[in-house]
Amino acid sequence: MIELISPSYILIAAAILIGLTRGLLRTAIILGAPLLTLVVIWLIPDGVVTTFSFLGYQIEPLEGSPLRRLFATIFALMAFAGGLYAFRQARWYELAAAYAYAAGAVGVSFAGDLITFFLYWEFMALFSTIVVWCGGTSGARAAGIRYAVMHFLGGIILKVGILGVVISTGSVDVRPMLASDFSTWMILIGILINAAAPPVSAWLTDAYPEASPTGSVFLSAFTTKTAVLALIMLFPGEPILIYVGIYMVMYGIIYALLENDARRILAYSIVNQVGFMVCAIGIGTQMALNGAAAHAFAHIIYKGLLFMSAGAVIYRTGKGKCTELGGLFRTMPLTAVCGIIGALAISGFPLTSGFTTKTMISQAAADQNLVPIYFLLAAASAGVFLHAGIKFPWFVFFQRDSGLRPKDAPWNMSAAMILFSLLCLLIGIFPQLLYDFLPYPVEYKAYKAGKVLFYLQLLLFSGLAFFLLLPLMRRTLTISLDTDWLWRIVLNKVANVIYVALAVIGKAMEVRVRTALVAFGEFAGLHFGSKQKEDREQQGIFALTWSIGATALWVAILLTGFMVAYFI
Amino acid sequence: MNDRPKEEHWLVRSDTIRLLWKVFIAVLALTVLAQSVIGVKGYFGVDGWFGFGAAFGFLSCLIMVVVAKGLGFVLKRDENYYSGQNQDD
Repeated sequence: MIELISPSYILIAAAILIGLTRGLLRTAIILGAPLLTLVVIWLIPDGVVTTFSFLGYQIEPLEGSPLRRLFATIFALMAFAGGLYAFRQARWYELAAAYAYAAGAVGVSFAGDLITFFLYWEFMALFSTIVVWCGGTSGARAAGIRYAVMHFLGGIILKVGILGVVISTGSVDVRPMLASDFSTWMILIGILINAAAPPVSAWLTDAYPEASPTGSVFLSAFTTKTAVLALIMLFPGEPILIYVGIYMVMYGIIYALLENDARRILAYSIVNQVGFMVCAIGIGTQMALNGAAAHAFAHIIYKGLLFMSAGAVIYRTGKGKCTELGGLFRTMPLTAVCGIIGALAISGFPLTSGFTTKTMISQAAADQNLVPIYFLLAAASAGVFLHAGIKFPWFVFFQRDSGLRPKDAPWNMSAAMILFSLLCLLIGIFPQLLYDFLPYPVEYKAYKAGKVLFYLQLLLFSGLAFFLLLPLMRRTLTISLDTDWLWRIVLNKVANVIYVALAVIGKAMEVRVRTALVAFGEFAGLHFGSKQKEDREQQGIFALTWSIGATALWVAILLTGFMVAYFI
Repeated sequence: MNDRPKEEHWLVRSDTIRLLWKVFIAVLALTVLAQSVIGVKGYFGVDGWFGFGAAFGFLSCLIMVVVAKGLGFVLKRDENYYSGQNQDD
């Protein structure tokens, strides 16, 4: 069979061409490349497709499996919808960086060995940083630097782990492992940093809302979900992930409830949703892994949709805070309806994609008899409806009338939102369409009358709680401290203290050093410098002259010594 | 609350809001009462109790909002907290 080229090359080529072309041709590349990528993704058969040897290691840049194809498919779909959403509004370099970023995600999906995996991983870190910087504000620049530092630090930790595993096992294969020794722990930590796990979840909520309205749509999809894929491939059934996941789920809800910035609310809910997936990977049964994969697929769609809806509002109004927005349903009905569909989907409302995928994770917890986990996940489902399902659309499109009367989203943004809204409903109404592509066979029935009723009660009464507790949730012009306080404030202060201390030491030294230099100069002048003092009396030991005879004698002695040493 | 025509204020009139509340409460009551017809087969017994989903959903939200509110007193800072800090340096 013909050697397949890696689908990621198509997106990389597109990223380069976006900068070189103009007008219709560029539009054709932006919309065509992801579709071509999709075609190639579905031509990749199971198993290792291409392989070569590098430094004695077997490199497998292209390995197919149902799981890998599923993730690559959603990454390519996201690139298409993101491109459609952004191509008339975003700058060319933002689009180019976003496509290279997507290429990295597709590359990770098919990486059969840890070296290829690591290269694409860093590729993503690089270009996602550029997407953050494309926000263009001073806040975006600073957040981009913090983002880059965190990801390259994570990359180093991952690299240390990969080296350790390669040395101890002699193989670079991507295969399941458990966090049992130093190297595997390093790999796990490196991946979890990208998944926005505690204690560094703050990089995500710090950076994503600083990107441009179009940039955050791309950012929402790739980094955390490639981390989910990596966890499914490398650490299925690692028990610690259950607790990490539960923490992320609760963290996302609590912080989102406190937040005022609309896109930051959505960013916190990414942590929350990824928490569901991480927890499922920790459970590790076939049902759980299916649930994690399906939920990642559905999540990219509805989260992209929510960021598109928020992005359209920011694009039209220039405002992104709940305190400044409100009442926009009057003039932005399409954006509002699409936002509401996304919000219902993330809440797991019946007939949306969230219901048919998230309940698989709950089912997996119940099957394993993890009673507290099951109830925490159920409470979290209620909490998602509270913080994202109602809070986001309520504060942006309803609540009080802000007086803003912006136009509805431009046609291309609307088209992308409609596409993703339809996908949310399609997967919700016909879940089998997605179930057929999951890594393991699915015997799960999403819709049973009793379960639907249970979730309807759960969600609708959460809605009641939201409206009854509204006075407790008045928006304030505040941010919430997170662990990033440690490096943004404490580390800054420590650095300042060290800087000041060094300056004091330097100043004190300066005087001493000068005195010492003068003294040394005098000493050197005395012994090495001028041959004679002014009174022509010979002084310096090394400045003495020897007679020719004495010199010849010494040379003869040295040569004899050398010869003797040579023959001994 | 999903469909709304374009006319101004239709949705924000107090009559409409009162009506929406009535409909909402009726739907809430219906979802609980429906449990007497459609059995909810819980996984662990307790979650099959009458109206468990409703009570559990409401109470978890109440707890989460209260916890968030409490943490807010500790964690909330002015939105220029970090940018103000940087300007000093």
